[in-house]
Amino acid sequence: MKIIDELLAQLPFATVEQTGKEYIVSVPAENLYETASFLKNNPRHPFDFLMDIIGMDYGDSLGVTYILSSTQFPGYILVLKTELADRENPEVDSISELWESAPFYEREVHGFFGIVFLNNPDMRRLFLRQDWVGYPLRKDYDADPNINPIPLSDEDLDQMEDLPCIEVNQGNKFEDHHKMFEAEEYVVNFGPQHPATHGVLHLRVSLDGETIKKVDPNFGYIHRGVEKMCEAYTYPQILHLTERLDYLSGSINRHAVCLAVEKGIGLEVPERAHYIRTIIDELTRIASHLLGWGSMTMDMGSITAFVYGMRDREKIMDIFEETCGGRLMTNYSVIGGVMNDIHPNFQRKVKEFIPYMCKMLKEHHMLFTGNPIARGRMEGVGYLSKEQAISIGATGPTGRASGWSNDVRKIAPYAAYTHADFQEILRSDGLTFDRYMIRLDEIEESLKILEQLIDNIPGGAYAAKTKAIIKLPEGEYFQRVEAARGEFDVYINSRGDKYPYRLKFRSPSLTLVNALKHISIGTKVADLIMLGGSLDYVVPCIDR
Amino acid sequence: MNHIKKVLEGIWHLMQGMYISMLNFIRPKVTEQYPENRGKVFPHQRMRGQLVMPHNENNEHNCTACGICQTNCPNGTIQVLSKKELDEETGKEKKVLDRYIYDIGSCIFCAICTMSCPFDAITWTNEFEHSTFTRPKLYDKLNREGSKLKKKGK
Amino acid sequence: MFHFDVVTNWIDEFLRTYLSNGWTLFIEFVLIGIVILAAYAVLALILIYVERKVCAFFQCRIGPNRVGPWGLIQSVADMIKILIKELIKIDRADPVLFRLSAFLVIIASICTFGAIPFDRGLHAVDFNIGVFYLLAVSSLGVVGILLAGWSSNNKYTMIGAMRSGAQLISYELSCGLSLMTIVMLSGTMQLSVIVEQQTYAWNIFRGGIPALIAFIVYLIAGHAETNRGPFDLPEAESELTAGYHTEYSGIQFGFFYLAEYLNMFIIAAIASTLFLGGWMPLYIPGWESFNQVMDYIPPVLWFFGKTFFCVFLTLWVRWTIPRLRIDQLLNLEWKILMPICLVNIVLMALWIIYV
Repeated sequence: MKIIDELLAQLPFATVEQTGKEYIVSVPAENLYETASFLKNNPRHPFDFLMDIIGMDYGDSLGVTYILSSTQFPGYILVLKTELADRENPEVDSISELWESAPFYEREVHGFFGIVFLNNPDMRRLFLRQDWVGYPLRKDYDADPNINPIPLSDEDLDQMEDLPCIEVNQGNKFEDHHKMFEAEEYVVNFGPQHPATHGVLHLRVSLDGETIKKVDPNFGYIHRGVEKMCEAYTYPQILHLTERLDYLSGSINRHAVCLAVEKGIGLEVPERAHYIRTIIDELTRIASHLLGWGSMTMDMGSITAFVYGMRDREKIMDIFEETCGGRLMTNYSVIGGVMNDIHPNFQRKVKEFIPYMCKMLKEHHMLFTGNPIARGRMEGVGYLSKEQAISIGATGPTGRASGWSNDVRKIAPYAAYTHADFQEILRSDGLTFDRYMIRLDEIEESLKILEQLIDNIPGGAYAAKTKAIIKLPEGEYFQRVEAARGEFDVYINSRGDKYPYRLKFRSPSLTLVNALKHISIGTKVADLIMLGGSLDYVVPCIDR
Repeated sequence: MNHIKKVLEGIWHLMQGMYISMLNFIRPKVTEQYPENRGKVFPHQRMRGQLVMPHNENNEHNCTACGICQTNCPNGTIQVLSKKELDEETGKEKKVLDRYIYDIGSCIFCAICTMSCPFDAITWTNEFEHSTFTRPKLYDKLNREGSKLKKKGK
Repeated sequence: MFHFDVVTNWIDEFLRTYLSNGWTLFIEFVLIGIVILAAYAVLALILIYVERKVCAFFQCRIGPNRVGPWGLIQSVADMIKILIKELIKIDRADPVLFRLSAFLVIIASICTFGAIPFDRGLHAVDFNIGVFYLLAVSSLGVVGILLAGWSSNNKYTMIGAMRSGAQLISYELSCGLSLMTIVMLSGTMQLSVIVEQQTYAWNIFRGGIPALIAFIVYLIAGHAETNRGPFDLPEAESELTAGYHTEYSGIQFGFFYLAEYLNMFIIAAIASTLFLGGWMPLYIPGWESFNQVMDYIPPVLWFFGKTFFCVFLTLWVRWTIPRLRIDQLLNLEWKILMPICLVNIVLMALWIIYV
């Protein structure tokens, strides 16, 4: 695009490559902050959405890759790369002042690659214990179990509350330590084992009576090292790991990897497969939203509504089992298409499900939406402004409830979404009630997509033939899809092997927890739980 | 006045909610009673429950012990143990299947093995009741005792 | 109509023919104590079963169905399980208060239970200030809950206990005020007299609109008194895991559990005694044959029927409505229920004077 070319021309130190709508910009490390700040703050085409920060190990040097996008021209992606030659003390300027999402991403990169972000006030490891030896995602990491034995003691709380950082003041670097909580604060642990954290999430909450003063999320209790595992797996093997990230939108995640690999090897996927994948994705989205709705109502104390949500979700699970062979882990998309053709009953069952769900949605609205207690709890609580949503990178229903149009199905259509006529649901207030309503409205919208696609599945093959061993040509591949909780991205760096050199998933849930950290300040304990439900994060997606 | 209107509206919505829960109170229940419904409710045919190796009536299977499933398996669930055997027709030594070990304890039912098998030697059944009290019982030998490779053209 | 006083009077006379006055009383007291404790435990088991079954039906489920036919002895099995569980000693908890609080809660509950008139003659404590006694004794439970939360040395229990304190003390007011309207109507606080007065018209019909308002307010406030959803903030399992009794195990947890269910029953029983005529059958003036049919149903059944109707109402509400937040809870009490109660007392006074 012309504006981007002009903007990038103003950066003399940058080298630019362009492929389609992706711009790859490489800058030296000392110019990184300057570049990021320029890209974000320029008035003509502000790259205000930081999608992800990816740590890289190029072998002889380390690197950090920033993926930026703009909310005004959402289709374009700018990949900002920098290399750090010093493997012993890799340092780069932090951009945590520019984006509120950056601190978490930088902590993740720090924990896995040992890259220090100067001026980031919190340089704890995000997923690993603070006493972990080595940096696991580096290529020269020693995975000897004697170096990092299975810990038999709890993590030291003092270490957890101690925030190390390196600050730069007028060219002088000095180490500093901040404290998360003061000694006299009333700190309550929510999790890791707690009924309402939706998984093994640990929130350390500082309370003043019932009012929340500070929230410190602590991740990594079920971190499985999926990205490291992927580096040793072939592409078909990677697929099944993706379903185990955000298990509630498993088939959508799988779809993303399939698309990325297909794009890489230049495989033409039959139209029929696209349609089937889209229908399965939308069914997954409905199932996920139903569960999200249900667990939010349960967080508010209405267990009955949760069971109703599960009951309706069961119908979708049944459809999945019949066609895909799995219920939660559908295991259906494969590289080149889908695993089996649809079951003869599939279309009939989906067509039966659509009116059933419409009727049940009405009941759900009657049961819960109008309820004065629920309304009183949801209205006026948990305000997330549009600017903050963009800065945090809270995509998906959460961002759309704040008025940020970020639906990947619209801005970068994939599969069969171009053939369906649907609306992107947007609400403007950014309150808890909007995040609640938007899920139910999106179910309705998904039903519309299903209605349009289910009768028009084209004939033909359901999968394209692939080679027995799939090798991705050298290069970087990036694929965005709209998962149930927000934008799920796959970044594959291939060196022409049958294994990826580096693979990174963008977790939508991580940003949602970041949002929780910001919007829960000043609310009550009961609200914290409800806000968690309204954001609807899934912890295995965070702890990849 | 507005306050009273709001209270009345709230009561109306509460009544609606109560109506819905009463509606569900009298609706037929959706619970499936598991051990009792054995033989009445079946999993769908495509459900991946257990890996099996079909044998024909002559106790012959399709597995040539090529090991593609083993290399494709992400979890090391499958072990194909082969042995050398003298072929009677050609008189040469040939690799044949000795034991096909399947560890259901580490299987994640991703179906890469069945998809990648060039000879359709393995397939899935709906058997889903796998729980045992001891771990060794989770290891299963899929080829039957004394079974042979099916001759080509038969 | 068969009243239970036939049986109790016979036992009394039988004992008096053989024993002195003091011994008779002693044996009667022991008997009453045993009967009340046994009834308490049995009722709790029934209520737990009923609650689980009703809850399941609201949720499109079947509920307990494994132990016994239709899961009938599920709660007995649960009771045995809870009896043989270990009492876990909590590190750095206050041992005396920690043990004491469970007893405080259940003692308050049993004392209230004793004052309920099941039938003529089946009424252990019949003061002339019965209503006053009920209110006084039932509010002792909050002390137990506060101590439980405080002594457990846990932040969840602490928050739960503080919520509970705020909640119970506020709702005590509407509870008391709504009962006061009925006391005004009947002119006495003695429960047996109040029931006898309702022979021809239950208070809810006799008192007209003010009595109906008082009935609804009492059900809401009483529901809140029992710490059950939508007013289960002190427990709030999605926020505070189990609230004030998070740290309790075994039979001590069982005490809280029992007290919770019995309090639900007691609130329903008081509501049916004061508003729905207690053990009195339903009479419709003028329908003589209908009234005679009603007479054939024993009063005890009438009492339990009405009480379980109220219990069902509370269950229905509990399994439909989400939990309130603490500020909503206090708003509901101080801004809605309290003013309604005060106005209602004036209304009742006008009703008594003019109707």
